[in-house]
Amino acid sequence: MDTASLIDDYFMLDMGLTPEERAVRDTIRHFVEVEVRPNAGRWWLEGVFPTELIPRLADLGVFGAMLPEEYGGAGLSAVGYGLIMQELERGDSGLRSLASVQSSLAMFAVYRFGSESQKLHYLPAMARGEMIGCFGLTEPDAGSDPGAMRTRALKTESGYVISGAKRWITNGNLAQMAVVWAKDDEGVIRGFIVPVESPGFRAKKIETKASMRMSVTSELYLDDVEVPQTALLPASRGLGSPLACLTQARYGIVWGVVGAALDCLAEVAEYVKTRVAFGRPLARTQLIQERLVDMLSRIVAMQLRAFQLGRLYQAGTLRPPQVSLAKRDNARAALEVARLAREILGGNGISVDYGPIRHMLNLETVDTYEGTYEVHTLAVGRDLLQENAF
Amino acid sequence: MKILVMVKQVPDTATRIRINSDGTGIATDGIKWIINPYDEFALEEALRLREKFGGEVVAVALGPSRVEEAIRQSLAMGADRAVHIKTEAELDASLVAEALGAVAREEGFDLILTGKQAVDDDAAQVGARLAVVLGVPQVTVVLKLEVDAESRRVRAERELEGASEMVEAPLPAVLTAQRGLNEPRYPTLPNIMKAKRKPVTVKTLEELGVGTVLQARVMALTLPSERPAGRILEGEPEETVRELVRLLHEEAKVL
Repeated sequence: MDTASLIDDYFMLDMGLTPEERAVRDTIRHFVEVEVRPNAGRWWLEGVFPTELIPRLADLGVFGAMLPEEYGGAGLSAVGYGLIMQELERGDSGLRSLASVQSSLAMFAVYRFGSESQKLHYLPAMARGEMIGCFGLTEPDAGSDPGAMRTRALKTESGYVISGAKRWITNGNLAQMAVVWAKDDEGVIRGFIVPVESPGFRAKKIETKASMRMSVTSELYLDDVEVPQTALLPASRGLGSPLACLTQARYGIVWGVVGAALDCLAEVAEYVKTRVAFGRPLARTQLIQERLVDMLSRIVAMQLRAFQLGRLYQAGTLRPPQVSLAKRDNARAALEVARLAREILGGNGISVDYGPIRHMLNLETVDTYEGTYEVHTLAVGRDLLQENAF
Repeated sequence: MKILVMVKQVPDTATRIRINSDGTGIATDGIKWIINPYDEFALEEALRLREKFGGEVVAVALGPSRVEEAIRQSLAMGADRAVHIKTEAELDASLVAEALGAVAREEGFDLILTGKQAVDDDAAQVGARLAVVLGVPQVTVVLKLEVDAESRRVRAERELEGASEMVEAPLPAVLTAQRGLNEPRYPTLPNIMKAKRKPVTVKTLEELGVGTVLQARVMALTLPSERPAGRILEGEPEETVRELVRLLHEEAKVL
């Protein structure tokens, strides 16, 4: 077999996929290869998300792909959804983030906690990409400890008035709707659907990022935003509700980062075969071989975690701490793979003409968001030892 | 309008080909299979015609069970249903055309589209032979296609060496697609999922009354001989250029 196919699937996990899962993966991969990869470096430098991709992604059926057809989804399996995330992130983590937040956070929140009329109103439009969603949980002073949020939703006669600020909100300035988490009069966390045109709602793009530059990240300001009673996600109650959404998104990350790592290794493997130093290709040196085999070994471990997590998801036996462990280890492993790739490319490695530095800088975000390495360590520690050390 | 699209499953063009142990075919283990790219153009054109005129697009493929993947992909791109002529036998172009022709006769059709050739054996036989089997007009290597549903005629632009030819033909007819006819769509996720539920009729050669006695068979298949390593001339540019010209003249005999 040739190097490229060996990198993609060293342990032949392909045989465990259904024909539909393979077809979905190949479709998204082809799309990303043709439409995204050639421009990713430029988009990243320019710090813009190419919004022309949104209708294309919607046409492909990426948004809410796991949801039932009546809500605009494709009823895709968890493994199939994971493969979409992998292929999008092969292009760029920012592209995957847009799709992750739309599907796993915003649409999932409506699907899981929304009323039937909310689902029918929002989900098909979001699946068609006509409406982009964002997810407001993190605050300037509440990151790893979301229970300490200050945003309040106080009951009025006709609904709620929401005030507070949210930070690091992916899609903030692209979105037409925000799922905002706030504490009610009793201090219970509830979810609200807030249209961005609501008076008092403002999104401000964060311009200073040196990571995830293709993704739009914003601050949200809610200054006495009045919403009707119908904005409340009726089934949401307590911190467990947003955390259930995060479990979905983290599941997608477990798969997504595999794609970034695969892209790094594929690029480096090509490079070391042609780059000559000291009279021989880099590939014929022991130091380089060790590094590439190291990268491959990490990727295989990442793939095995992702596949098994997908099977647990589909069996309905997935436990959130398992997602925590996999998110923690896959994000970190992908970051390490990208760093190794960057290093092997030498001087060329610092240019976005090559993928690894872009992936590497993006993955610094992925390693942090949706639960830092440390937060997931403590989540697994609590599960393992039945002692809460948070 | 009822359109049949003849689809062949071929090894991915990026696959590294190895010869099998008896030296008459390729080793198929570990190969990634795709739809013949020219057949994809044919399928895309059929889907566009259906979008314009309504009707039905039926994909027809011949081969062992692995061919199901190409069939599913055709359905995911948008074909309404499919016929799988299931056989393990190696057929020549004449038998393939007979088998496809038998399905076409059973199905009935206004138009048959297929690729101008398959990228595995490059024979470019099946489309033309199929038209002969069915006794209908054929237009091959089509670059541009206009269908007039009212008058039931097609106008097709064909690619010739250094020229193009405009051809008119009545329906029903067989047309073979050339690269450039269109840009095939991506199968969308909902369509990939729906493809599972679309009907696929399985036929055997026996049912179609087609035998397996070959008129032509592959005697031997060999890989192209490896290119000898290049030579690098060393020295001052003036000398090396002179030496290069001498070699091109005396050894390569191209100057």
